[in-house]
Amino acid sequence: MTEHAYPNTQTRKKGIFFFMMKSRATKPGETYGVPGQGDTKLLSVASILGIIFVWWLFTAMGWIKPLFLPSPGAVLNKFIQVWNEGFTNTPFLEHVGVSAARVFGAFLLACVIGIPLGIAMGMSPIIRGIFDPPLEFYRPIPPLAYLPLMIIWFGIDETAKVLLIFLSVLAPVALGARSGVKSAAIEQIHAAYSFGASRWQVMVQVILPSALPEILTAMRIGIGFGWTTLVAAEMVAATKGLGYMVLTASQFLQTSTVVMGIIVIAIIAYAFDLLMRFVERKLVPWKGRM
Amino acid sequence: MGLNIRQASVVYPTADGRPPVEALRQIDLDIVNDDFVVALGASGCGKSTLLSLIAGFLSPSSGEILLDGAPVQGPGADRAVVFQKHALLPWLNVLDNVAFGLKLRGFSTEKRYEVARGFITLLGLGEFETSRVYNLSGGMQQRVGIARALTCDPKVLLMDEPLGALDALTREKAQELILKIWHTTHKSVFFITHSVEEALFMGTKLIVMSPRPGRIAHRFDLPFSRQFLAGANAREVKASREFIALREEVLKIIFSDEEAVA
Repeated sequence: MTEHAYPNTQTRKKGIFFFMMKSRATKPGETYGVPGQGDTKLLSVASILGIIFVWWLFTAMGWIKPLFLPSPGAVLNKFIQVWNEGFTNTPFLEHVGVSAARVFGAFLLACVIGIPLGIAMGMSPIIRGIFDPPLEFYRPIPPLAYLPLMIIWFGIDETAKVLLIFLSVLAPVALGARSGVKSAAIEQIHAAYSFGASRWQVMVQVILPSALPEILTAMRIGIGFGWTTLVAAEMVAATKGLGYMVLTASQFLQTSTVVMGIIVIAIIAYAFDLLMRFVERKLVPWKGRM
Repeated sequence: MGLNIRQASVVYPTADGRPPVEALRQIDLDIVNDDFVVALGASGCGKSTLLSLIAGFLSPSSGEILLDGAPVQGPGADRAVVFQKHALLPWLNVLDNVAFGLKLRGFSTEKRYEVARGFITLLGLGEFETSRVYNLSGGMQQRVGIARALTCDPKVLLMDEPLGALDALTREKAQELILKIWHTTHKSVFFITHSVEEALFMGTKLIVMSPRPGRIAHRFDLPFSRQFLAGANAREVKASREFIALREEVLKIIFSDEEAVA
């Protein structure tokens, strides 16, 4: 009975690590071995519901005091209350509007300056030589570290706040655009030159469109940095804004307002990211296909 | 007139004191009228360097390249290149890819679509005008690449292994298509390939190149493409006694080069 000398390899292994096992042949219409293939919508919804359930369970059972983590219901009630009555005598939507204006204003400014700068750095060794050191020097510094300088230099009004967010968005956007310049295949560039293109035409008609997918990705990463810096920007001398709301509430130990503010920021940022993904699908449907 | 290469050499300097590499030594070549010149040779023999010289991407270390008597200074639409792959622009559809060269030269949309449509029909792409190029098969993509180069109305059409990425059957069909188009447009063509059979079937002139230093080792005049265009069946041409005899002779040359290198 030599057959029994080998272990049975036919049994399907299941479990959380089943993706590390050797997988079976796929069904027609799917490609075998594509990493991370499959739809995630249902799981994502389930994941959110799961987190809310665990949150509710811990608070409802009294395992965590409301001071540390208020229940989902309390946060929702706080949201309705702030929506109706405002926070520190300012309507809720004005807080949202002020913060959004700061973040998106700084983001737009960073794109208008950072994308051309990054492209110029990718195209020209002179521009790269000049701007690479300052950009790389300030990029890893946490915005909180240079916030005091911003305030000393630019005062306590809007300029310093927008500038702080702007700086946090500028570096990733510029670096993304710079590396996007390398996306065009040398054959595409040579072909354009052999059809009589000038350097300018090659940049506008070949290199820029090729760089677009990476620029869009850089913009998605950049806006994330913008939201991250918002609270820091609204730490000093702010009277409005979501970051201000979270900070003020935390000083008065209004944890439900803190959690509510965090969720509102997250929802706005996530909605904008979904919009960017939509724009990406419309603008660069050829991404990764050529 | 036409394209004349006179004693062109290309020498690459090397670092750390080793002797410089001679990529091409004293190349003499004329591509005139409706010559279909095919360059064949072991890898590293300088075929692509020669194409870069003609295209104007590279200037020779010595010697000169003349197009209609004027020295070649850089790339230009009179020497459009068809690449093996990766050269189409995926954000443009087939029509705009084909019309791309005319757009660069500032023709109106109407005018360039009119010219482009002519070449799209010539290459049998009529149904795919508005298709995305990344949705086309490899053979179709190469047809777009060829149509695109032809709309530039080059004096010499340069083709750098244009069929190298195609499967064997598509490749034979594409060879016949290129020959028919060459016959209708009367362009001079410079064509690089690794396939001996393709070289013999396509060219009117064959240059066999040898490496170290890159040079033209043998020249042949070829009758086979004319036979095909005169109505002979492509497979019969490729199976004829003289075709096979020449194929073996050329293969022998190339293999002896490869052994000399190894």
